[in-house]
Amino acid sequence: MHAYESEFREPLINGLDKNYTKITDDLVAPTERITPMWLIATLITGAGACFFVFCLTWTVWFGIGTWGLNKTIGWAWDITNFVWWIGIGHAGTLISAILLLFRQRYRTGINRAAEAMTIFAVICAGMFPIFHMGRVWDAPFIFPIPNTRGPVWVNFNSPLLWDVFAISTYFSVSLLFWYSGLMPDFGTIRDRSKGKLRKWIYNILSFGWQGTAKQWQRFESLSLVLAGLSTPLVLSVHTIVSFDFATSVIPGWHTTIFPPYFVAGAIFSGFAMVETLMLISRKMFSLEDYITINHIESMNKIIVLTGSIVGIAYLTELFIAWYSGFMYEQFAFYNRILGKYFWAYTIMMTCNVVTPQFYWIKSIRRNLYWTFALSIFVNIGMWFERFVIIVTSLADDYLPSSWNYFSPTWVDWGIYLGSISVFLFLFLLFSRFFPTIAIAEVKAIFRISSEVAKVERAKAANSSTASNGGFVGLQSVGPLNKDDKN
Amino acid sequence: MESAEPNKFVVGLWDHEEVYLHAIAHIRAKGIAIYESLTPFPVHGLENALGYRETRLHTAGFIFGATGTTLALTFMTWVMTYNYPLNVGGKPYWPLPSFIPITFELTVLFSAWGMTLTYLVRNRLWPGRVPRIFDKRTTDDRFALVFDAEKLSDDELNAIRSICKTEGAVEVKDKVFAENEGL
Repeated sequence: MHAYESEFREPLINGLDKNYTKITDDLVAPTERITPMWLIATLITGAGACFFVFCLTWTVWFGIGTWGLNKTIGWAWDITNFVWWIGIGHAGTLISAILLLFRQRYRTGINRAAEAMTIFAVICAGMFPIFHMGRVWDAPFIFPIPNTRGPVWVNFNSPLLWDVFAISTYFSVSLLFWYSGLMPDFGTIRDRSKGKLRKWIYNILSFGWQGTAKQWQRFESLSLVLAGLSTPLVLSVHTIVSFDFATSVIPGWHTTIFPPYFVAGAIFSGFAMVETLMLISRKMFSLEDYITINHIESMNKIIVLTGSIVGIAYLTELFIAWYSGFMYEQFAFYNRILGKYFWAYTIMMTCNVVTPQFYWIKSIRRNLYWTFALSIFVNIGMWFERFVIIVTSLADDYLPSSWNYFSPTWVDWGIYLGSISVFLFLFLLFSRFFPTIAIAEVKAIFRISSEVAKVERAKAANSSTASNGGFVGLQSVGPLNKDDKN
Repeated sequence: MESAEPNKFVVGLWDHEEVYLHAIAHIRAKGIAIYESLTPFPVHGLENALGYRETRLHTAGFIFGATGTTLALTFMTWVMTYNYPLNVGGKPYWPLPSFIPITFELTVLFSAWGMTLTYLVRNRLWPGRVPRIFDKRTTDDRFALVFDAEKLSDDELNAIRSICKTEGAVEVKDKVFAENEGL
């Protein structure tokens, strides 16, 4: 192809035995067998998902008094979990949209799973505000629908309403992005399936995909425009989530730095979750050649960058609180660091600011065990970031007589851990029935970034006096074609 | 229902996209019409090689997006100033800055959905559609060129077969569909 690829770059598809046939075989294989490990994991997380439903039913039946909320802290784990899950979802869109616009080829190995993760994370996130309403059957009234009460409309001035629009748009656009990319790969699975039922199901899922030149042309146009739309969308979503807090008059929340700080935090936690999941699935489904150390290192670089942005935001907040000369603001931050929730602040600072700095060391960035451990740390740290912002700011408010402490009940725990189970359960189902790696997109970079292509180019350069400085144009067609099996 | 679509085809299969692109250029230069081209992934430069014009899908996206923008602004203005004007703490009845987030979200929502639905309609994709599969391997590892064999003589078909071979096709085969099968 006419794309230039530096020969110093590491390949994104490893293995000298690779060709298009092998790529299809490798990437479809996980959908064609059930492994005992997958079955056990699915059963466990499925049970957890049932417990999630049980806890939600309990909440609806007895009311949200079953949560640990009190008069002072009217939002605690529910909103913490909501923001945490939404943040996790951001990496999927970032990888699929922003990295597409920036032409980062390493996205092809991880975009599909990251987009799936976005969808499942947003599903989990949405549960918390909906069930925090108490009377869930009134939930549709968060939308401006015609009604017989006046009509009374929703308040278009409220960031909470903007959030409704932002999250629902985000969910449905991510779904379109994900599914439009899946259709060609379902076509691939359909065309190699043996059983009649399996063929029928995958044909329905593929919408009757053929892969004609015109279809692909429109496909590329669609992905590019959806990427262009999703990029400002993903930034707007977390910006609006941060408005929920920033437009209030609670010290510790009323901060103009929130939008960029929340977006960076969201990308940070999202990449960590992508790593956690991808490190497991590359092992579980033997995808080491497609999700290489190179992919993991690239993600680690983004983690250290966004982690540092988040760190600077924490320090800026502290400085501004002191510099403002406003005693309530100063107290809020003093209280965060040394008050009754000092332990949460310490965990947040350690996991988000200190430990990701290990990624400046190349050997740690490329080490799977370190990466796995640090990605879990980031997940924990980012949960505590939201907890610190939300609960410590509310717990000690303007009126000392109403100062309070939040303790979660078993229902809080059940819903939180249950949502993690739901997320993992959906992800496991996805990775068993859907292609976890975008097959067509990996094939599209095969001639550019695979180990096979690089070796061939090196051979061609040696044989033809390398007059073109490694640039691979059409002149390489001859030698490439002759000794290439595929 | 009578179909104008042909049912007899010659299918050439390639296994390398660069050879395939050259083959398309040479075959078209000889004045042979290509009925369809199928590839397992989007090959760069394929639509140029085939002489397709640029897709207008993004224009559809823009129109749908503009519809969303207009709808959001009009609706919020109607609600806040005409249908149920509400004094919220003395704030203006028509707070334009407050409308920006929702207007933006609806622009994106309409553009994305409108464009995707247009994409599905134009590509003739829907759940349950049974497509014509010229060769199963075109979603795996083969790049196919399909030629309409309905109205061509045996000599012309042989010429197509041989030019495919000389242009590096790894396989050339005939494919016949039943009337209206998979259309």
